[in-house]
Amino acid sequence: MSRATLGWIVLSWVGFALLPWYGFERSATPTIADYFISGSALVHGLRGAWWLLPILLPLGMALVPVVWPSSQDRGSWLVASGAVGLALIVLQGFTIGLNGWTMDVLKVFGDPGPHQAGMGYGAALTSASFLIILCHGLAARGWCRGDAFVTSSIGVVIALIIVFVFFPVSTILASAFADNSGNFAPSEFVTKFTDKSIWGLDCLTSDLRCGVAWNTLFLGLLVAFGTTALGLAFALIATRTEFRYKKLLRVMSVLPIITPPFVIGLALILLFGRSGALSSVLWEWFGIPRSRWIYGLPGVFIAQLLAFTPIAFLVLIGVVQGISPTLEEASQTLRAKSWTTFWTVTLPLMRPGLANAFLLGFVESLADFGNPLVLAGNYEVLSTKIFFAVVGAQQDQGRAAVLSIILLAFTLGAFWLQHAWLGKKVYTTVTGKGDSGIPLPLPRRVALASYLTAIPWAIFTVAVYAIIVVGAFVRSMGRDYTPTFEHFVTAFRVEHADWGLYFSGSAWNSFFATVKVAALSAPLTAAIGLLTAYLLTRQRFSGQRSFEFGTLLSFAIPGTVVGVSYILAFNVPPIEITGTGFILVMCFVFRNMPVGVRSGIATLSQIDKSLDEASLTLGARSSTTMRRVVLPLLRPAIVASLVYSFVRAMTAVSAVIFLVTAEYNMATTYIVGRVEAGEFGLAIAYSTALIIVMLLAIVAIQLMVGERRLGRRSASAAPSPVAVQAVP
Amino acid sequence: MKLKKTFAAATMLAGTMTALSFMSAGAAQAQGELVMYCGVQEEWCRAMTTAFERETGIKVSMTRKSAGEVYAQVKAEAANPRADIWWGGTGDPHMQAAEEGLTVEYKSPKMSELQDWAVRQWEQSKQRTVGIYSGALGFGYNTDLAKSNNIAEPKCWADLLKAEFKDEVQVADPNSSGTAYTLLATIVQIMGEDKGFEYLKALHKNVNQYTKSGAAPAKAMALGETTAGIAFMHDIVTMVVDKAPVKVVAPCEGTGYEIGSMSIIKGAKNMDNAKKFYDWALTADAQKLGADAKSYQVPSNKSTPIPPQSPKLSDIKLINFDFAKYGSSAERRRLLSKWDNEVKNLPK
Repeated sequence: MSRATLGWIVLSWVGFALLPWYGFERSATPTIADYFISGSALVHGLRGAWWLLPILLPLGMALVPVVWPSSQDRGSWLVASGAVGLALIVLQGFTIGLNGWTMDVLKVFGDPGPHQAGMGYGAALTSASFLIILCHGLAARGWCRGDAFVTSSIGVVIALIIVFVFFPVSTILASAFADNSGNFAPSEFVTKFTDKSIWGLDCLTSDLRCGVAWNTLFLGLLVAFGTTALGLAFALIATRTEFRYKKLLRVMSVLPIITPPFVIGLALILLFGRSGALSSVLWEWFGIPRSRWIYGLPGVFIAQLLAFTPIAFLVLIGVVQGISPTLEEASQTLRAKSWTTFWTVTLPLMRPGLANAFLLGFVESLADFGNPLVLAGNYEVLSTKIFFAVVGAQQDQGRAAVLSIILLAFTLGAFWLQHAWLGKKVYTTVTGKGDSGIPLPLPRRVALASYLTAIPWAIFTVAVYAIIVVGAFVRSMGRDYTPTFEHFVTAFRVEHADWGLYFSGSAWNSFFATVKVAALSAPLTAAIGLLTAYLLTRQRFSGQRSFEFGTLLSFAIPGTVVGVSYILAFNVPPIEITGTGFILVMCFVFRNMPVGVRSGIATLSQIDKSLDEASLTLGARSSTTMRRVVLPLLRPAIVASLVYSFVRAMTAVSAVIFLVTAEYNMATTYIVGRVEAGEFGLAIAYSTALIIVMLLAIVAIQLMVGERRLGRRSASAAPSPVAVQAVP
Repeated sequence: MKLKKTFAAATMLAGTMTALSFMSAGAAQAQGELVMYCGVQEEWCRAMTTAFERETGIKVSMTRKSAGEVYAQVKAEAANPRADIWWGGTGDPHMQAAEEGLTVEYKSPKMSELQDWAVRQWEQSKQRTVGIYSGALGFGYNTDLAKSNNIAEPKCWADLLKAEFKDEVQVADPNSSGTAYTLLATIVQIMGEDKGFEYLKALHKNVNQYTKSGAAPAKAMALGETTAGIAFMHDIVTMVVDKAPVKVVAPCEGTGYEIGSMSIIKGAKNMDNAKKFYDWALTADAQKLGADAKSYQVPSNKSTPIPPQSPKLSDIKLINFDFAKYGSSAERRRLLSKWDNEVKNLPK
């Protein structure tokens, strides 16, 4: 019996017999006694909460191997103890709710029956301990070569994914099959699913509007094509030409990623709206009548292009750089013209990159909530429709669930198509062999095409950002250009009251909450993501593929769906965490974890396994190897996932709009509120402040984690891993 | 090694902090706290929050949401309420919450100081919600745009149907905005249901955009993004005071109005503070804050000075708005789905 196993057995008892089993009421002021013993499951159990007492059985079973350490089948005892313990906790948690039995069947035993609050520290600790005990038992029985660290890691990650991904998502999918009062009604699903407002095709034959599903799909495809083409043009210019302002391109590529998404939509209104700056110029100089064309498909399309082109660029630049020049040189030696080489060698080698960029553009467009909210006008898309199905006057959660299923199907379909298209062809061009060729210059027409698309677009981006900066410092953009600091004062005023500094600016609350949540979720995301990556690349266990799929799922689910599902799943016991900062942190961790996983896998697969093996041969355990060998080599992946999760936590809208509360209001929802009310100046000023915070954070993360130092003489020209990693 | 320690430390720190925020869910300070859902404009919400905090030292956690969002949230949280008081926002969702028993009865000592309409609403809701302000529905137009397009001054609801307003009227979507639902109910009450829907269908041809928020058309008018916009008159007045080229119109056929309300959430965790806020919010001093925050509704306390900019309720032809009927959830759902099917999806 290892000391670790013993420790977890002790903890399981501590959680049961000492710590408060239930979460505290918000109004209660817990005393020390509430924290210890008197609120524990043991005391509750003896005082009438009989359903907690059976948990003593698995707790006792865990003691068997402690008392008889020589016993042959101690692994089996541990497995049995962990499994029974978890099963009992889950069973009582889901059958006994806040107001009695949760299932009507059980009402025969008395109505309303026993009731209990949500899980507290004790319950959380005991459940975790049972899980670890189970994993240690499995290791003792020889799973994963008897490595308890590996089995525990796998167990913890799977448990977290089940609790924070599968459980909420299945809750929302279930409500698609229920009617308004919550009864099972599959016919409701069929009616809602086949609704004309979703699938109607009237726009093809008449001037009626098309269904929201087609709208979303059409917009997604347009944006995916657009961002991929623009991203490719930028990537080709950055890698294959002598363009002078490449540095500027890099900066411009980061900027939209750290911009709160709807700010771009806002800037577009201020430029192209009927009274926008450019529209005014066009009207006064050329007599082109002002119109409202920006509200609708064109506006959302342009805004999403601006927002997501950098992602395509970052994906494609790595791919374009990675293409080995030797293949192109071979083609030239065989007398192919430069155009033929580009068309038959270079472009096909970019296929994985193009597919990834396309997929990301499509998925991001589907999930985008801020831009359609500001710009879509009467062009409805799924993400906003889902939102208003929940908060609008009709209050139809089932409808929101049905729409969510459609959105999810589109996203997963895109993933599947991408896999099918890439097939099993080999795209490896980075090998250990020396390839010292120089990348060929672009064929002239490709270069010209790239310049012609990229440069006007770059100028356009600069114009949009100029508007954002100006908008923060004038009274009312589009109407009154008096310079002012008014918006910053409204948002970030600090007063000196009798009892100290008083942050009376209207943005402080959400600002502090946002920074706190982002700063908390970033390291957790990185840790869980990299641990998962380690398990996926370095360990072999059955069910690895479905495990990998599970980690990807939360990325594929659109934010709006995640938000709704979290509020449905976590507003009632056993896991009752709505209204806390914890739910926001968890939401972000599992939304952004796949990026940590992806960048971890990418980096890990470059590191030779013999390094780990050497460490293991020298007697280090796998946890030590992970800490002392693998982690230091993973620095680029750590930076990437930290930066990405921090930035995403600060700029995400759709997922959190349902989860914010008075105590934890997020910056983005505050800004959306301002935009909705038409207070553009304030929204823009706040966004400017957020952009600065994010820039500072990125620099701080870089400094804290530091560079990976490899014992090589000259650093390769490989690009530093970018914040947004491609999903395969 | 430095990396390892930093990373491990950061992760552990994050873990601990997360656990702590978990705890703060349950164990926030009991005394001196109030969780408020606020349904009016941000400035006013802030002004109320800070004034109450300064006066009592009670910390107010305020979330501003539209009336529909607050109702959705209060309903979702019914099993385990998170908020204490719901202040402001149009009366319908308040009435609906009262009907569903999401809010509790309370008789404030200040009741005698209130206007009749506020007391009437309080009685209708079985003492569960009280009027704190009222405002009439109306529309406005951008005078610059009207002049340059030679549009005559609109005076009645019927004027908005004229061809010159083609694509020039903006109004919110009643599915997401209480303001727009008030318009729907008002038109149905003035013209009768069949004629009313005829009117809305005709209006649809002139509507350039159904916004999500009720006050957005007022802002769009001020910016010149639309010529005319339908909203509560006090929201349009705010723009006029801000020197926007906008004129407010009280429609000649008469118009409906809203009663902005306040309710205490059933199962509020800080019930005493909620009552304290309730009483305070009905005083003239507290109600004066609205005008300072550029919100020009008519306050419900008789002794609150009516802001000079406010549209005088006496100058407006108010209809006898049937809050009981049109505030009920069944009627609401019926009208909304009828509007969705018959008006919203019409071709332009």
